[in-house]
Amino acid sequence: MAISKTHVRTTLNGEATEYLCEPNQSLLEVLRDVLLLTGTKEGCNDGNCGACTVNMDGRIVDSCLVLGVEAEGCKLMTIEGVATPEGLHPIQQAFLENAALQCGICTPGFIVATKALLEKEPSPTEARIRHWLAGNLCRCTGYDKIVKAVVDAANTMGGKK
Amino acid sequence: MTTVGDKKYKIIGTRPIRHDGADKVTGRAVYGIDYHMTGMLWGKILRSPHAHANIRGIDARKALALPGVHAVVTGQDLPVAADREVEAGETSLNYMHLSDNVLAGKKVLYKGHAVAAVAADSAHIAEEALALIEVDYEVLTPVLDGREAMKADSTLIHPEQTIKALAFRFDPGTDTGVKSNIAGRSVLKLGDIDAGFKEADVVVEREFSTSWVHQGYIEAQNATALWSSDGTLTVWNSSQGTFNQRQLLAEILKQPVSMIKMVPQEIGGGFGGKIPVYLEVPAAMLSKKTGRPVKINMTRTEVFEGTGPASGTESRVKMGATKDGKITAAYAELVYEAGAFPGSAVGAGAQGMFTSYKIDNVLIDGYDVVVNKPKSAAYRSPGTPQACFASESVMDELAEQLGMDPLELRIKNAAGEGDRRADGVQHPSMGNLECMERLMASDHYKSDLGGPNRGRGVASGYWGNAGMPASCSISINPDGTVGLAEGSPDIGGSRVAIAMMAAEALGIAAEDVHPSIKDTDSIGYNGLTAGSSTTLRNGWAVFEVTNQAIALMTTRAARLWETEPDNVGFADGVFFSKAEKELKLTFKQLAGKLMETGGPISVAASVAPRGAGPSFTTHLVDVEVDPETGKVDILRYTAAQDVGTMIHPSYVEGQVQGGVAQGIGWALNEEYFFDDKGRMLNSSYLDYRVPTMLDLPALETILVEHANPDHPFGVRGVAEISVVPPMGAISNAIYNAVGVRMRNLPMAPHKIVKALSEKNGSK
Amino acid sequence: MPLRPIEYVAAKTVQEAVTSLAEKGDAARPLAGGTDLIVQLRGGRRIIDRVVDLKAIPEMNELTYNAQTGLRIGAAVPCYRVYSNADVARAYPGLVDAASLVGGIQIQGRGSIGGNLCNAAPSGDTIPALIAHSAVAEITGPGGNREVSVEEFCTAPGRTVLQAGEILVAIRLPAPAANFGACYMRFIPRNEMDIAVVGVGASVVLNGNTVTACRIALASVAPTPVYATAAGAALVGKEATEDNMNAAAEAAQAAATPISDMRGTAEYRTHLIGVLTRRALRIAIQRAKEA
Repeated sequence: MAISKTHVRTTLNGEATEYLCEPNQSLLEVLRDVLLLTGTKEGCNDGNCGACTVNMDGRIVDSCLVLGVEAEGCKLMTIEGVATPEGLHPIQQAFLENAALQCGICTPGFIVATKALLEKEPSPTEARIRHWLAGNLCRCTGYDKIVKAVVDAANTMGGKK
Repeated sequence: MTTVGDKKYKIIGTRPIRHDGADKVTGRAVYGIDYHMTGMLWGKILRSPHAHANIRGIDARKALALPGVHAVVTGQDLPVAADREVEAGETSLNYMHLSDNVLAGKKVLYKGHAVAAVAADSAHIAEEALALIEVDYEVLTPVLDGREAMKADSTLIHPEQTIKALAFRFDPGTDTGVKSNIAGRSVLKLGDIDAGFKEADVVVEREFSTSWVHQGYIEAQNATALWSSDGTLTVWNSSQGTFNQRQLLAEILKQPVSMIKMVPQEIGGGFGGKIPVYLEVPAAMLSKKTGRPVKINMTRTEVFEGTGPASGTESRVKMGATKDGKITAAYAELVYEAGAFPGSAVGAGAQGMFTSYKIDNVLIDGYDVVVNKPKSAAYRSPGTPQACFASESVMDELAEQLGMDPLELRIKNAAGEGDRRADGVQHPSMGNLECMERLMASDHYKSDLGGPNRGRGVASGYWGNAGMPASCSISINPDGTVGLAEGSPDIGGSRVAIAMMAAEALGIAAEDVHPSIKDTDSIGYNGLTAGSSTTLRNGWAVFEVTNQAIALMTTRAARLWETEPDNVGFADGVFFSKAEKELKLTFKQLAGKLMETGGPISVAASVAPRGAGPSFTTHLVDVEVDPETGKVDILRYTAAQDVGTMIHPSYVEGQVQGGVAQGIGWALNEEYFFDDKGRMLNSSYLDYRVPTMLDLPALETILVEHANPDHPFGVRGVAEISVVPPMGAISNAIYNAVGVRMRNLPMAPHKIVKALSEKNGSK
Repeated sequence: MPLRPIEYVAAKTVQEAVTSLAEKGDAARPLAGGTDLIVQLRGGRRIIDRVVDLKAIPEMNELTYNAQTGLRIGAAVPCYRVYSNADVARAYPGLVDAASLVGGIQIQGRGSIGGNLCNAAPSGDTIPALIAHSAVAEITGPGGNREVSVEEFCTAPGRTVLQAGEILVAIRLPAPAANFGACYMRFIPRNEMDIAVVGVGASVVLNGNTVTACRIALASVAPTPVYATAAGAALVGKEATEDNMNAAAEAAQAAATPISDMRGTAEYRTHLIGVLTRRALRIAIQRAKEA
């Protein structure tokens, strides 16, 4: 069956972005293989690891479980949209200062997920942080330094440092 | 200024931002799985649905006819590989087996065994093409249990395989001529085991079993290959050892090593699982056939079913001690399922168990047994977690029967410098006892458990660590910064540590060293990013190149000051004239004068260090068991480890914490569920349950810096061992909490409920 | 593995969705959050030609609560909207328990209650909670509209009462009585991200310490979620005591036909039904007292 490509218009990292994709391509595939934005990672392709986390209309989602065509009219933010020309986001800086990454493959997903949390809840408890980020797997760090980085970032962003 | 022993350091022991950090937190770092090339084709692998079958024929005509498909390759396209062993860092490999593993020859030996590979315009088309490849299988009965496979009447998976008798871990072995699924039998002997048990007042003998587990790295295996028209093959991938993989590819593809270039990308985890080659071979062959670059990424299911998980095991452990707590004898029989081809880590496991203690009489009988499951690969202190789960549980029972505190029992028997492993190797100076003592003095140890159904457990572990060769080079920039080229992929922060050692030696800031990891054409030989050896051996290489660079710069200063090089000294980053005190130049200042004093300076060195410095550790864990559901919560965890000199303490601590997390998963929930046809039922992160952030508490560490006397910076391998004690510690804590001994991994909730109901004699 | 080629239709009205689905019969599926469907398509467990996206249809996105008429959840409303709504959280605690447990935050950002129900997995976490809250499914199809109580909605693993061309439009939960309390809990080996080994939804209405109404429903212990009527009935008219809760728990165990699979043995599941029914009842009763 010949399925032709769909023209999709979104806002990606603050900029109007268009792409062509087939209906059976996930948003993750579109980001990585069509738009060549490989910051968002594939870890499992079935919604169990969070490495593909992006922000879609203000919610974090697993982009492997979103079709590229479903992003029509949506506002997307990926890891590539976190830093600004002025520099790294406090969350990114906190991850570096706290050594919250070892191989770093899970890091984009964690940063996007953390940004959504801290924008909604500026002073989460450690328990809330662990709950919010339970959908992001890390196999290298044991999570300890990630939690510390998130707490650190919350303090910086809330100006309480 | 950091002080370790009697050494004072300016850079070592500090915590600079890692050099690859900005790229990694912005998503700009290119991992193997991210790599793209123009004109690239996408490959997919067809895998066996059967655990054991003969391949009668493969017909790919329909696949080749699908629009968008460019080529298909099978094992028939591979040259015949040599039946030869090679030591590959952590385990030994046989080229013929490796070749068979990457693309099956006449038989498939596990469900997921690669049978064919397709290259197409897109991954979707390649996937469709797989369904069109017809394979005629003659299905055979699979052999799925180690002890069953050992029996004389078992079906032989490799009909010509005979048992090799091994005396130590990398012994090539003596052929016994006996045909069996047992590929190897390692017997380690120290002293007189019978005499040892006669001396004992208390003897405990128990049986244990552990399930297959996977390293669980989040980036799947990947490879992009380009076989050029000039015959050169270039491979871009995530690798735990580019030079080793180059050698493996050369052997399997029958190409000269010089015609193969491996270009390592960033790597998203490995833990030993990315040492072997898998996709590199079919990607290369497809590229050769199509003349285009070919990229293949594994799916998560393929990672579980088609790479190298860690062996399931059965063991019997017997230990004896005198009534005042001296261990007099230790015996173990280990049966490790190697998977489809020989080469489990049973030898390493034998080397690691009991080794935390001074025991004069030891006998370990280890069997490497083939079964129709994926070929096992290294996983963080390979073989030792399974063995120490067993031995540390028996230690706990000994302590209980002796009426001794389990940590006291370990302290009383702690191995020290000069004591021997079961294979006879003596321990160098190390901090085994200090770890135990500091753990005993810790807040955690002294704290109250604070509630019912709570328990505390202790376990120790050992891992020998490796050395392996390393090469690096430095070039000095006119502004006093230094380019540092190395060849070991950075899997967890080694790049910054290596740069810090160079900075320390040269007296400059860590930020002024610019490290990069080179391909195999651009740097000298490097061993594996494994064996807890990367920082150690590259530290030696850095020591060499910086010494040489300083010597060369010394002659330049001498030239400037019109004196002999012997009259110039170097200390704390400053070159100084010994005769005239006012004549001084910092490293940076002298770097700016190189061009006028003879030209640029760059130095390369290769080293093959010995003196790796083993790891010793003891862990403490508090658990709470819900007796109604069997759920175990980890309340508190402390790992005390001799980490040698910590170059970058955050990344050292991170390695310790990461291994603990893997050990907790291994203890409580991780396992391969195989059905009776040998098919893995849970090949996804849904039902292969690694710990999430919500499953773990803060992971505390006591990092004992007992500098390795055999290393210029005191570095000791740190990164593997912390996965060794958690399973034993947690089993002991569960017993302490609710009175049941769990001797099978994982210690899943339903097993605990069953054990409790058996103990209580109720429904 | 990647999805097969499919058509994508973004329906704007219920009628358009019904027509588009009916055209293809079994070869079309509705798409809300996609967190089950996309996984199934990728795994080859469903083979279809067309997905019909419901998320642009206003009725599918409705989430309205009224103290008299109760709660109406459009079929495509994602879990996070349900538990983020203060009214819903107060009146329907069992549903909020369940919606907060499905997957992790990312899954809850997309996955819908309606989708969880229509997916009809024996382990669907929201289904026992919906049953405990006496929820009703509002269905539209080529033949018109109809309603089915949630406990009758699932007929077999992955199968529902929906006929060709029918879709779930909304789920309606009646306004809770005074002194109503509900709870959903499940057992999983980790703390999040797992499929329920056993799940129990329980609700009670209290008069003083006497239970005047009780509904108990179970997940993962039969081919469909189980509405354990005898278990609920065992508590009606009785005091909310441990002994009486035990009797209800035993009746719940008797209502289940669990299997042994890699997530748990039948014996273990039966055991857990007892444990979780008691625990869920305790919380439901506590909440009823605080209501």
